[in-house]
Amino acid sequence: MRLLLVVALDGLTYASWLFLVSAGLTFTYGVLRVLNLAHGNLYALGAYLGATLVLRYAATGSVPALAYGLLFLAAVVIGLVFGPLIERGFLRRVYSRDEEVQLLLTFSISLILEDVVKLVWGVNPIFADMPYSYLGRVRLGGVNYAWYPFLLTAIALAIGVLLWLVVTRTRLGKVLASVITDREVSLTLGINVPRVYTWAFTAGAVLAALGGALTAPMFSLAPGVGAEVLVTSFAVIAIGGLGSIGGAALGALIVGLARSAAVYFFPELDLFAIYLIMALVLLFRPQGFFGEIEVRRI
Amino acid sequence: MSRQSSMRCALVASVGLLALHSVSAAPVAGAPSELKVAVVAFLSGPASGPFGIPSRNAADVWIEKINREGGIGGVKVVPVFTDEAGPADKVVTEFRRLALDEKVSAVIGYISSANCLAVPPVADELKVLTIESDCGTDRVFEEAKHPYVFRTHAHTVIDGVGAARYVLSLHPEVKTIAGINQDYAWGRDSWEVFQRSMRKLKPDVQVVDAMWPKLFAGEYSAEISKLLVEKPTVVFTSFWGGDLVTFAGQAKARGLFDESVVVVNNTGSDIKDIAPGVLIGSRGPHGIVSPEMEKNPLRKEFITLYRQKYGLAKNDYIAHGAYHFVQALQGLRAAYEKAIKTAGRWPTTEQVAAALEGLEFDTPSGHIVMAIGGGHQAIEPAGYAILKFDPALGVNVFSDIRMFPARCVNPPDGMKSLEWIDRGFPGAQC
Repeated sequence: MRLLLVVALDGLTYASWLFLVSAGLTFTYGVLRVLNLAHGNLYALGAYLGATLVLRYAATGSVPALAYGLLFLAAVVIGLVFGPLIERGFLRRVYSRDEEVQLLLTFSISLILEDVVKLVWGVNPIFADMPYSYLGRVRLGGVNYAWYPFLLTAIALAIGVLLWLVVTRTRLGKVLASVITDREVSLTLGINVPRVYTWAFTAGAVLAALGGALTAPMFSLAPGVGAEVLVTSFAVIAIGGLGSIGGAALGALIVGLARSAAVYFFPELDLFAIYLIMALVLLFRPQGFFGEIEVRRI
Repeated sequence: MSRQSSMRCALVASVGLLALHSVSAAPVAGAPSELKVAVVAFLSGPASGPFGIPSRNAADVWIEKINREGGIGGVKVVPVFTDEAGPADKVVTEFRRLALDEKVSAVIGYISSANCLAVPPVADELKVLTIESDCGTDRVFEEAKHPYVFRTHAHTVIDGVGAARYVLSLHPEVKTIAGINQDYAWGRDSWEVFQRSMRKLKPDVQVVDAMWPKLFAGEYSAEISKLLVEKPTVVFTSFWGGDLVTFAGQAKARGLFDESVVVVNNTGSDIKDIAPGVLIGSRGPHGIVSPEMEKNPLRKEFITLYRQKYGLAKNDYIAHGAYHFVQALQGLRAAYEKAIKTAGRWPTTEQVAAALEGLEFDTPSGHIVMAIGGGHQAIEPAGYAILKFDPALGVNVFSDIRMFPARCVNPPDGMKSLEWIDRGFPGAQC
C-alpha cells in the first residue's frame, strides 16, 4: 500500500511536469493546425531566461520567495517577444501551404533558436536550483519529497482549469472555436482571424516558455534541452489527441503513472514505457484519446 | 646581477631559442606543406557543453602550441574541426568525407562510445590513422584488432574498478549497492564494471537495484523515491553533464546523501554545479590529481594556455575530455617524431602507426603508456575524491584524493577486462 502511494505520488508529479511542457504545443496545434517544432526551443529560452533571472536575483541575497515571480516573468517576456515574431514574421506566410512546408519552417526556426541559446548563454550547463531547494521537503509514505514538484502540480492544475474555462466559458473561447472550425466563415463574421492567430500562437509560446521556466529550478540546462522536451511532448499529445488540452492532461497522467510504475516494477522498461503506451494507443485509436478524425477536403 | 646584464642574458636566451626553433622547424625530406588533422568532437547538443567544446578548445590551444614550436617534423598542423553530433552512420559518413575529400593525414576525436565502435572498421578500410580521444567503451580493442586505430587514454574499466576500490577504502562495511545509469552503452558498461568489481572485491555485497532512465531524462523523482525506499549502502551512477548535476541536485534536496553513499565515475566541466557530498572520479588523472601530478610542467602549461584563450574561471576545472584530446595530440606528435627518426624522412601512415604501437610519451595528464590492446590502448591511473564545498573559496573542491596506479585498475595486455575482474584482478599492482 505504501509502495503504491509512492508510485502514485511520483507518477502525479511527473505527469504535472509533462502537462506543463506539452500544453503549449497542443494548444498551438489546436488553434493554428501547425505542429510547432520550435516548441522545445521556446521552452529552452524560457528555462534559460528564468534560470538567469533567478541566479542574478539570488546573488543579491534578497527574499527567495520573489524568485518564483521571476520564473513567470521570464515566460511572459519570451512568449511576448518570440510569439508575435515567429507568427507574424514567418508562420503567417505558410498557412496556405502544405504541412511539410510548415514543418520545415518551424524546424528551421528551431535550429536558429538553438544557436541563439548557445550564442547568448554559451554551452556550459546552468543550474538555478534555489526555488527548488528553498521550499524544503516533506515526508510522505516514509519517503522525503521536495515540495517544489507539488507546487508544479498545483500550477499545472491551475493552468489546465484556466485554459478549459477560457475555451468553454468565455467569448474568446467561442471566437477560437469559430476560427478552428472555419477560418473563411469566421472572416465573414467579422472576426480578425490574423490577430486571433497571433494571440493564440503567443499564448502557446508563453505556455512553452512557462514550462521551461518552471522546470529550470529542477534541471540543469544544457544545449539541446529543448529537443528532448519536444520528443516527450509529442508522445504525450499523440496519446491524448493533437490539439486537445484535456487530451494532454490525460496523456500526461497516463505516461506519468506508467513511467513511475515501470521504474518500480520493471526498471528495464523505463525508457520503453512511454513509447510502448504511445504505440498501443495509436494502434487502436490513431487520433489519440481526445483527437478528432479530420475529413480531408478535396 | 644588474638589470642590464639580465636583459643581455634574456636576449641571448631568446635568440638561442629562436635559432633552436628555426632548426627544428625545418621540414624533413618528403614532408607535405601542412599536416591536416581532423578534430572530431560534439560541437552541438547536450554533450557539447561538458565535453565537446572543452575538447575542441583544448585541441585548438595545443595545436597552436605545437605550431609555435615548429609543428610536427617542421610541418604546420592544420586542424579540421568537425561536429560529432548525429547518429553513428552520419559520423561514419563524415569520417569518409574527412579522409577522401579533406584528405586529412590523421583523425583524432570521438567522445561517444557508439562512434568509437563504428569508426575503426572504416579507418582500417581507408587506412587513415585514427586516435580515439574520449570515449569509454573497453570493447574497441578487446573484440577486434584495428591496425590504424589507437586510443591514447584509458577505457572505462579504470573508472569502475577505481570507484569500487575507492568506495571500499572509505566504507569497508558496504552491504548493498544500487545503480542508476543512462540506458545506453556508457551507462550499461559502467555499471557492469562497477558491480562486478564490487562483488569480486567484497563477495557478500548484494545488488539491490539497477535503474535505466533514458539519456537526458532530467526528471528523476521516481528513481530517487525508489532509492530512498531501498536504502542501499552505495548508489553508483555514471551520469554526466546536465543529467549528473540534475540528479545530484534532486537527490541532495531529498536527502538521498543522508541515506546512501553516492558515487559517480566521471566529471565534466560541471564540478561547480554538482551538489557536494558525492564520491567522484575524473576518468584518469585530470581534474583530480595527486600533489606530485600538480607539478607536471605540461599540465601547468596546458591550464595556462586554456585559461588565457578561453577564460577559465580561477577555481574552475577543465573537463577530462579536454585532457584526453591533448593526450591524443601528444601521442600523434610523439609517433610522428619517432617515425621520422626511424625513416629518416617524412613517414608513411603505416610507419607512424607502427611508431605509435606501445609508445610512451608525456602529456599534461602524466606519462602515458600504450600498454594494452596490442600497444594500441593506453592505460592511466584512476583518480577519486569526495566533492566538498569550500566556503572560503566559494566553490566545490576535492578532498580525500586517492590515485589508483594504472596497473592497479587496468587489465594486463591480452586479457579482456570483464574476464580480468571475474578472475579476481590477476596481476593488479595496487
